[in-house]
Amino acid sequence: MNRYPLWKYAIILVVLVISAIYALPNLFGEAPAVQVSPARATVKVDSATVTRVERALAEQSLKPDVIQLEGTSVRARFASTDDQLKARDAIDRALNPDPATPDHIVALNLVPRTPGWLAALHASPMYLGLDLRGGVHFMLQVDMAAALQRRVDVLTTDLRNALREKNIRHGGISRNGQAIELKVRDTATLNAATDLIRTQFPDLQVVTTPDGTDTRITANIRPEAARTVQDQALKQNITTLHNRINELGVAEPVIQQQGADRIVVQLPGVQDTAKAKDILGRTATLEVRLVDESTEGRAAEQGNGPVPFGSERYPERSGQAVIVKREVLLTGENLTDAQAGFDDTQQPAVHLTLDAKGSRIFRDVTRDNIGKRMAIILFEKGKGEVVTAPVIRTEIGGGRVQISGAMSTVEANDTALLLRAGSLAAPMEIVEERTIGPSLGAENIEKGFNSVIWGFVVIVAFMCIYYMVFGAFSSIALGFNLLLLVSVLSMLQATLTLPGIAAMALALGMAIDSNVLINERVREELRRGASPQVAINTGYDSAWATILDSNITSLIAGLALLIFGSGPVRGFAVVHCLGIVTSMFSSVFFSRGLVNLWYGRQKKLKTVSIGTVWRADGQTPAPKAD
Amino acid sequence: MEFFRIRRDIPFMKHALLLNAISSITFILAVFFLVTRGLHLSVEFTGGTVMEVAYEQPADLESVRKVVESLGYAEVPVQNFGSSRDVLLRLPAQAGKSSGQQSEELFAALKAQNSALELKRTEFVGPQVGQELVNNGLLALGLVIVGIMIYLAIRFEWKYAVSAIIANLHDVVIILGFFAFFQWEFSLAVLAAVLAVLGYSVNESVVIFDRIRESFRKHRKMTPVQVIDHAITSTISRTIITHGSTQIMVLSMLLFGGPTLYYFALALTIGICFGIYSSVFVAAAIAMWLGIRREDLIKPAKASGDPDDPNGGAVV
Repeated sequence: MNRYPLWKYAIILVVLVISAIYALPNLFGEAPAVQVSPARATVKVDSATVTRVERALAEQSLKPDVIQLEGTSVRARFASTDDQLKARDAIDRALNPDPATPDHIVALNLVPRTPGWLAALHASPMYLGLDLRGGVHFMLQVDMAAALQRRVDVLTTDLRNALREKNIRHGGISRNGQAIELKVRDTATLNAATDLIRTQFPDLQVVTTPDGTDTRITANIRPEAARTVQDQALKQNITTLHNRINELGVAEPVIQQQGADRIVVQLPGVQDTAKAKDILGRTATLEVRLVDESTEGRAAEQGNGPVPFGSERYPERSGQAVIVKREVLLTGENLTDAQAGFDDTQQPAVHLTLDAKGSRIFRDVTRDNIGKRMAIILFEKGKGEVVTAPVIRTEIGGGRVQISGAMSTVEANDTALLLRAGSLAAPMEIVEERTIGPSLGAENIEKGFNSVIWGFVVIVAFMCIYYMVFGAFSSIALGFNLLLLVSVLSMLQATLTLPGIAAMALALGMAIDSNVLINERVREELRRGASPQVAINTGYDSAWATILDSNITSLIAGLALLIFGSGPVRGFAVVHCLGIVTSMFSSVFFSRGLVNLWYGRQKKLKTVSIGTVWRADGQTPAPKAD
Repeated sequence: MEFFRIRRDIPFMKHALLLNAISSITFILAVFFLVTRGLHLSVEFTGGTVMEVAYEQPADLESVRKVVESLGYAEVPVQNFGSSRDVLLRLPAQAGKSSGQQSEELFAALKAQNSALELKRTEFVGPQVGQELVNNGLLALGLVIVGIMIYLAIRFEWKYAVSAIIANLHDVVIILGFFAFFQWEFSLAVLAAVLAVLGYSVNESVVIFDRIRESFRKHRKMTPVQVIDHAITSTISRTIITHGSTQIMVLSMLLFGGPTLYYFALALTIGICFGIYSSVFVAAAIAMWLGIRREDLIKPAKASGDPDDPNGGAVV
């Protein structure tokens, strides 16, 4: 009766092996490494970079343990911090020949020392949270009202232009809060205007109200369109933050959306909050200027003369210099959107949208400078780079600009990204900020680890003394639970935090509950005089219903924490819930497997080692043959 | 080894009135302290800035306080955190200054006074975030209560659900009462502990209720009170051993976990201790007073029916 079919043992063995493999990387710790990532959005890190890094290291006769390309960065791992520092300098010299304008960020990092064969199985250690490794955490709130207002500004301009094109005479158009208000005098105009809005402006919904002798049309942005605007604003802000954080040279920044209008930024290892905040909060870095088309300017562009007074030289992406005038026509603040697309002849193009003020200036500038070139310059790290310098073909009004000609779809996408990167779609405010020093992080790991280990040791000691062999089985099951929990967390690549470690300790403390329940039940059956085999079987079976009940109530509490918790509480809740699930497997299924393997084979089992089975009548229970 | 050598069922329910009077008094005291003293909410809930710095030598709190006052903060709590060299400062949100400026200014001022100083952590939470956390915490508590009640009502019967929830909410209120009385800091981690305790001590009631159901079935001659006494007596050793094991873990956190886990572990400790008491005495007694009967749990058709019935509890 206490026998598992072979497949059940097979399941146990498979789970044991898999969880051992995936928990293993956590034992190897971290190794010093140098990480190379692009300093600017225009620089690409690929296998060519790997070769350059390898060559630079070979020149200094430095031997990295592993060197590999991961996503958009190259990582070289070293045996000692000494090598790491030397390698950083060597790579820095090789990849950034001009220290004033570095192309690459060469940062020190700690990477997991996972052996190659484990990495090939995609086994990697748990990611340590900021409270364990030190760093800064920011939560930024995006001002969505401002993003919507910008969008409405653009729509107002568009609508004004469209009305003018269709010769619809209105009595004034203006933005009022987040609505566009339009006054019309007669019914014919009213119909024409509403028709126009309905056909050409699907994002707007119209309400008409009589206003004295006139009629007022109020156009509001549709809720679904508003949602799109907000989504895009958030995405663009995240992109912009990515670009800015690149400047800080952080090895593994985390930038992610939280909720509908918040962004969480985590910078492991960074201690200088002031600088981090400065860079996160910076404004427009995009400028539109005219190219200096004078003879001196052209000569300077060819490299045949000095840069004329009142002009500056900026490199283009290809490296070609462009001489632009100092006067700034527009900044990134006036640019509301940039998207890659196609022009009328199906050539790749970049479409820009300007706000009301930007459109006005742009119209005037383009009218006066047809046939000349205009440069759009992106400033990163205080260094300008000409993104594009198209020739002005015609006067451009209405705030919709299209840059086309001689570019591939990829280039159009890159350019659009660069242009968008220059500005934030909506202002942001820091609503939460946390700095954890590296020493505190190390302390937290040690303390968390100690609590788990000491608690574990004491429980194991107690179980083995009180329940003897059954206690030993329970302890092995408890150890297996820890292994399973760690491996599941590693597989999920969950972030381990101090509350997470606390939850792990608590999960172990609560998991032993099931085994105590089982052992007590088995004792009770023995006390009643049941034969050992029957006692084991009944004990496990009748304990199971109770174990299920009690774990489900714990799970309800865990899920509530998972749903409503944020930050540290979430980390706790994830481990808590997983711990409950793994404990059911380990303390019931796995420990039964051990018991079956040990006792199940013995046909004539006389006694089981489960500690004292005390009976009120003072007799030891008479074992009956099975 | 056997700790519990119990010969006869212990008549727990005979003392139900007394035991519940004790717990009512504790409960009323907890509510009283919660109302009069209130919880000492952490910066996560109230908004503001917390700064932790470490000196090389044991810190002179008086001089730190003077520096803080010189920057125009009145009544800023300055206290040791963990060790005598670590100092924790709390700054209220100040109009016109960003959190970063606040903490930088203060750190610079402290550094000027004593340069052997290291910034261990800063934490700033905006007031709107704090309000959200309070709301979410209450929502989570509500969800746990409703979820557990529904589960118990399906699994047992409404009388059991009501008594389990009353007993365990009484634990929660008592934990909060302790935090109010001693003015311990109530942080997000403590909230997590409180909710975990709620889920955990309901376990205890579930185990006893399971036994009550089983005893109703097995011992048909017993009165409900005898059944309850029997159920409690036969589970008491398990109750104390499991809580003891969990408490070992929590104790280990309390001793080794450092100041960050201290209040978390403390909340769990109180929760576990009162958890035993309330699920054994309070939940069972309320269930008794609500008038649980054999017929509530065992439908005649089911009693003789399917042995694999998951709701059937133990089958012997």
